[in-house]
Amino acid sequence: MDLSTTYMGLKLKHPIVPSASPLSRTLDGIRKMEDAGAPAVVMYSLFEEQIEWESRVLDHYLSYGSESFAEATSYYPDLAHYNIGPDEYLNLVQSAKSATSIPIIGSLNGVSTGGWVEYAHKIQQAGADALELNLYYIATDLLRTGAEIEQMYLDVLRDVKKTVTIPVAVKLSPFFSSTSNMAYRLAAQGADALVLFNRFYQPDFDLEKLDVVPHLMLSNSNELRLPLRWTAILHGRVPVDLAITTGVHRTEDVLKGLMAGAKVTMMASELLEHGLGRINQVLEGVKSWMTEREYESVSQMIGSLSQVNLAQPAMIERANYMKNLQSWSPDPTGILL
Amino acid sequence: MIRPLETIEGNEAAAYVAYKTNEVIAIYPITPSSTMGEYADQWMAEGKKNIWGSVPVVKEMQSEGGAAGAIHGALQAGALATTFTASQGLLLMIPNMYKIAGELTSTVFHIAARALAAQALSIFGDHSDVMATRSTGWAMLFSNSGQEIMDLALVSRTATLKSRVPFLHIFDGFRSSAEVTKIEMLTDDDLKAMVQDDMVQAHRARALTPEHPVLRGAAQDPDVYFQGRESSNPYYLATPGIVQQAMDQFAGLTGRQYHLFDYVGAPDADRVIIMMGSGCEATEETVEFLLAQGEKVGLLKIRLYRPFSIEHFVAALPKTVKMVAAMDRTKEPGSAGEPLYQDVITALVEAGVTGVKVIGGRYGLASKEFNTAMVKGIYDEMKKAQPKNHFVVGINDDVTHNSIDYDPDFSTEAADVVRAVFYGLGADGTVGANKNSIKIIGEETPNYVQGYFVYDSKKSGSRTTSHLRFGPRPIKSTYLIRQANFVAVHQFGFFERFNVLETAIRGAVLLINSPFGPESTWDQLPTQVQQQIIDKQLKVYVIDGYTVAKAAGMGNRVNTVMQACFFAISGVLPRDEAIEQIKKAIKKTYGKRGEAVVKMNYAAVDASIENMHELHIPAFATSTTAMPDVVSSAAPDFVKNFTARIIAGEGNLLPVSAMPVDGTYPTGTAMWEKRNIALEVPVWDTDVCIQCGKCVLVCPHAVIRAKTYSPAQLTGAPATFKTADARWKELPGQKYTLQVAVEDCTGCALCVEACPAKNKSISGLKAINMVPQLPLREAERANWEFFLDLPEVSRVDGIKYNNVKNVQLLQPLFEFSGACSGCGETPYVKLVSQLFGDRAMVANATGCTSIYGGNLPTTPWTSNKSGRGPAWANSLFEDNAEFGLGMRLTLDKQTQYARELVERLREPIGVELADALLNANMSDEAGIEAQRARVAELKLKLGSHAPEMSGTVAAVATDLRSLADMLVRKSVWIMGGDGWAYDIGYGGLDHVLASGLNVNILVLDTEVYSNTGGQASKSTPLGAVAKFAAGGKPSGKKDLGAMAMSYGNVYVATIAMGSSDAHTVKTILEAEAYDGPSLIIAYSHCIAHGIDMAKGMNQQKLAVDSGYWPLYHYNPTLKEQGKNPFGLDSAAPKIQFKDYAYNETRYRMLAQSDPATAERLVAEAQKGITERWRRLDQQAKAL
Repeated sequence: MDLSTTYMGLKLKHPIVPSASPLSRTLDGIRKMEDAGAPAVVMYSLFEEQIEWESRVLDHYLSYGSESFAEATSYYPDLAHYNIGPDEYLNLVQSAKSATSIPIIGSLNGVSTGGWVEYAHKIQQAGADALELNLYYIATDLLRTGAEIEQMYLDVLRDVKKTVTIPVAVKLSPFFSSTSNMAYRLAAQGADALVLFNRFYQPDFDLEKLDVVPHLMLSNSNELRLPLRWTAILHGRVPVDLAITTGVHRTEDVLKGLMAGAKVTMMASELLEHGLGRINQVLEGVKSWMTEREYESVSQMIGSLSQVNLAQPAMIERANYMKNLQSWSPDPTGILL
Repeated sequence: MIRPLETIEGNEAAAYVAYKTNEVIAIYPITPSSTMGEYADQWMAEGKKNIWGSVPVVKEMQSEGGAAGAIHGALQAGALATTFTASQGLLLMIPNMYKIAGELTSTVFHIAARALAAQALSIFGDHSDVMATRSTGWAMLFSNSGQEIMDLALVSRTATLKSRVPFLHIFDGFRSSAEVTKIEMLTDDDLKAMVQDDMVQAHRARALTPEHPVLRGAAQDPDVYFQGRESSNPYYLATPGIVQQAMDQFAGLTGRQYHLFDYVGAPDADRVIIMMGSGCEATEETVEFLLAQGEKVGLLKIRLYRPFSIEHFVAALPKTVKMVAAMDRTKEPGSAGEPLYQDVITALVEAGVTGVKVIGGRYGLASKEFNTAMVKGIYDEMKKAQPKNHFVVGINDDVTHNSIDYDPDFSTEAADVVRAVFYGLGADGTVGANKNSIKIIGEETPNYVQGYFVYDSKKSGSRTTSHLRFGPRPIKSTYLIRQANFVAVHQFGFFERFNVLETAIRGAVLLINSPFGPESTWDQLPTQVQQQIIDKQLKVYVIDGYTVAKAAGMGNRVNTVMQACFFAISGVLPRDEAIEQIKKAIKKTYGKRGEAVVKMNYAAVDASIENMHELHIPAFATSTTAMPDVVSSAAPDFVKNFTARIIAGEGNLLPVSAMPVDGTYPTGTAMWEKRNIALEVPVWDTDVCIQCGKCVLVCPHAVIRAKTYSPAQLTGAPATFKTADARWKELPGQKYTLQVAVEDCTGCALCVEACPAKNKSISGLKAINMVPQLPLREAERANWEFFLDLPEVSRVDGIKYNNVKNVQLLQPLFEFSGACSGCGETPYVKLVSQLFGDRAMVANATGCTSIYGGNLPTTPWTSNKSGRGPAWANSLFEDNAEFGLGMRLTLDKQTQYARELVERLREPIGVELADALLNANMSDEAGIEAQRARVAELKLKLGSHAPEMSGTVAAVATDLRSLADMLVRKSVWIMGGDGWAYDIGYGGLDHVLASGLNVNILVLDTEVYSNTGGQASKSTPLGAVAKFAAGGKPSGKKDLGAMAMSYGNVYVATIAMGSSDAHTVKTILEAEAYDGPSLIIAYSHCIAHGIDMAKGMNQQKLAVDSGYWPLYHYNPTLKEQGKNPFGLDSAAPKIQFKDYAYNETRYRMLAQSDPATAERLVAEAQKGITERWRRLDQQAKAL
């Protein structure tokens, strides 16, 4: 049985890839993922905002109160070096490459076309086999149009593609008026893969403190359906590889993802919650399922349930919605269809 | 050989040579020498090597005495070793200095010479400290400028190794130590040539070693001690020759020739000034000027002051000289003359020189200006037939009339030297930008440069003045710029407060940071300023620096913006090149902080010049705005005539007669200094407020006050005066007001963070919210005055002042200090003043508390309407516990004596009153007030009965009258920071704890030496970065509380107001009530922690929640009751240490610079916290 898959030209021994998460923050963590059977690792994201924030915070506090009082013209030693910026990240990519034999996919998060795009080049120089561009922008500006924001994404991709030769995947949010068109334009701009979809930190309210608090919820299998649909829609219609990255927890999720058209299915919440052993457990499940149904290879099933390969393509579109509604209807006969 | 030219401060020059030529360096912070230690520690952390290719070991000690002891030991063991110090620090080294010299041990101590604490402490430069060491047997070599510091640091290194006599290498604190100049750096080859291996090996060969054991430090009896003392004479006789030899060798290497005594001036001079230190530079500049005018004057610079070579001295003095003025930068009250004066006379007499009249003068104490006008004044005085002897110059001595006159307008400034003065706020980064500018000019142009920076004494809203000179020749102008051809005013408000154009010469350029734009700026200037601009024909440029800086993301830091404008106007470099160089400097300074910071600064530079506009100056002044009075007309005369002059920057003009003779000052003066530094101030929302008092409690500057009063008191209240029904069940029908002193507020917003009440409709608002100050200023000034006139609450009737809500009503007797905005110490100090201020004596260790508590012009300590308040004094840094103990001993003794006298006078004063006085219960406010009434009655009786009493009885009555106040219980508070309590003063503190006497010790624990800029103390926690612990503190915080608890009879507690304010109030009350020694260790968040100061109290809470700062008490009274004296007052840790620590730059910067070490230390810290909690928990549960 051939479990291997290719993703952006990278040959992977199976399609269950750990996605960007805190698990890849240390070399030890990356090694453990390889040991647990990961065919590749998407590194945690180098955040543009985070880098800028750390830089500004450090500058603020090193300057704060300085040169104000004759006895204390500063309050800290002026250290020779700070790991502000991508150095720590790049070092990790570099050591991960030399310490493992699996592909390492760097991840870059940001939305501006400024100098930070150079980090993409640096990640390539550090040895990354590919780059995942994690684009999201919470559009709060009342005067900024959707078209402008879409263009900003495309510009970032254009600039990144100019600086690197390794394949570039774009990790998207699901919030576009036309996800298909956006996928099409990203592909035209040179994206090698689309990763569906990003999950955000959504704020919550603390009723005790009457304040907003950041809150990260791990995903669950129910969330698979959104990327599943869009993967199924895009598969075979945009010339890029697809990856599913939300709601992949169980063997069934992996199988569904592949059948929708994903070259790889990515896991983070499941591994964070239940440990790295889940990679092999899920993979074993995939194997049993394939054995049971006499599948020979993973590639055989990729896209088998995508819209272009469905007998009734409309089921992925609005009809699917109708069917769902109907499943709650008191009429079990399906007359509505 | 081409040597690099660098623009650096004097301290760096000294530290550079010291670091390169030593193996062991002991350090301890003291202004202005601290930065030498900081450089050394930082270089060690960076792995920089000495000339032998090894990294010297740099060790912080617990005091200068400790540093001297460690160096003594290091030297005895054979190391090349050094230290740096100043002032009181040098005094603490004296005992070891005798030993080191007595044992003929080679070393150099580098001294940034500073004034000594006498009638007052001063951090500024003079020679009082080094003159106090004359008899120790150390050679004393003086440097007068940055280049000389580097050069003579090396000469002294060589000379000490050759002569075996230890050297003090001395330069003037601040004027030389902090002045930035262009210096030719000595190379390793230079250093190796001067510090040769055979010299080092000879030094090592004298070391103690068990391989060849000897004994040193014997005790000697009358039979031989004297001879022993004389035995080293040949070494001292040889030293001058050795020093000259080293100077000659150095000249061969570098071309810079020094002599033991360097004479400059007319070869046939008749008048010669003799002096040492930076004053020589200004004097030399004057001499050159006067020579060109044909005057026969000269200057003899003394470089080697000890051993004093009479032979070389006389040889250096022109034979034509008729009069010399020996100028001392020190004062020896009661002496026949200051040291140099006496030495000069002795030398001339011994050498048989006749016909030379010697006069002595004093100048420049505590960095008092010493400029060319004063030098000219001295030479003019010497022309007189009867010149003053023992004169002073630079001040007006209208008491003993020792001052000489001089023409303040005399100037020797050359036309081709650019002289720029910049007025900025500490917070706006002006000084930092100017340091960069002077480096750019120094290193990128052929110009010689000089930068000198003056700060005021406040830690918040402080004003800075930068003096920059650059020109084609080395700059010897060691004095402030008085004739500026460029003036920049970076804070528009200064125009109303200071005469900032005083120094501008005719035709000078004025650059203004104005929020009013080119159209309206002129109209906003006060009349006097407009007239000065017109009269002096100033060319004026304006830029709205704040808007440009904000747009670039730099907030209020206008440094880069104004720097770009300076370069654009001054033309020192072509504009494009200047921009390029500024950007290069930005990259160099900020590059390691990250690309975002660099870009932000670049953006500010790029936007600056296009936003700068030249102002059209009308022919006539058009403004009707006058400069406001410095203080209110209601201020006491002393404040108007003395304090206000200092506030206005006119302190230099105060005559001697204006000064209190013994350093005694009235309290209650900060209230008159309305600084108006807050852009935003808190405003009370009566509807949302629950009157909890938390904002009042945390306010570091006592600007938020609460009072309850009867509704009738509201008659005549200003229209905007706010009031609410008081929410006290004990105070039915009363009104309540929370009033903010907006003119005294620093805008820290700690109060808003502390406020627990949220607006139900707009969750972003609380019961107290920050709003812009300016629109409120006038109305709130009137409200504040009305509020002050409302009666203070009674401390006797009604409610008990044992909780936060009630304590808010007590008048603080510590208000409006110059502490940092959001200070974590002052809320505790203020609380103590509220609770016990009217009967407190405060012994205050040197440090932040003594600076914001007692640095002129004003003091925050004040008194209540009955005239009572804390009596405050600062002795030293190291002796504060003992100082406070002395107060207690006196109080106890005199109370006892007063009681004895009451007994003796039972009949005359009445048995009933006598018994009541002797048996008074003063455990609460009511008891104390009742006793005060009895004492008043006693005084009346003693006064009225005295004439009828017999002689003996009358004498006893008079005696008792002078001590009657001792019958009221007093509260002794010993306050200071962790530098004092954990380090330099620990020995004394320990002794005081062991004494069993009733003193209250409040340790304001910021975990660093905050006042001197954040050096590590033994309180600094594991893993935190501090100066002197640049690689992260490798050892844990000392458990002072555990040490104190081991005595068993000491009340010990930790508090953290931000975690539990109720616990803080309860603990302070308990500690004071305990009849024995009490130690309160108060977590004090600090600017040196690198936190958002508005969130300081939250950070305190996290410290407690993480278990890092457990709250506990050890109350020996409970033991007497058969209970466990120890109890934990905070819950078990509920967050990880790192969740508290990584909110603070001091921890985070290690994670950013050395993540592996940071991770290890944080893990170790977490382990320690867990173990300690387990231990404390067991102790609390023990029976």
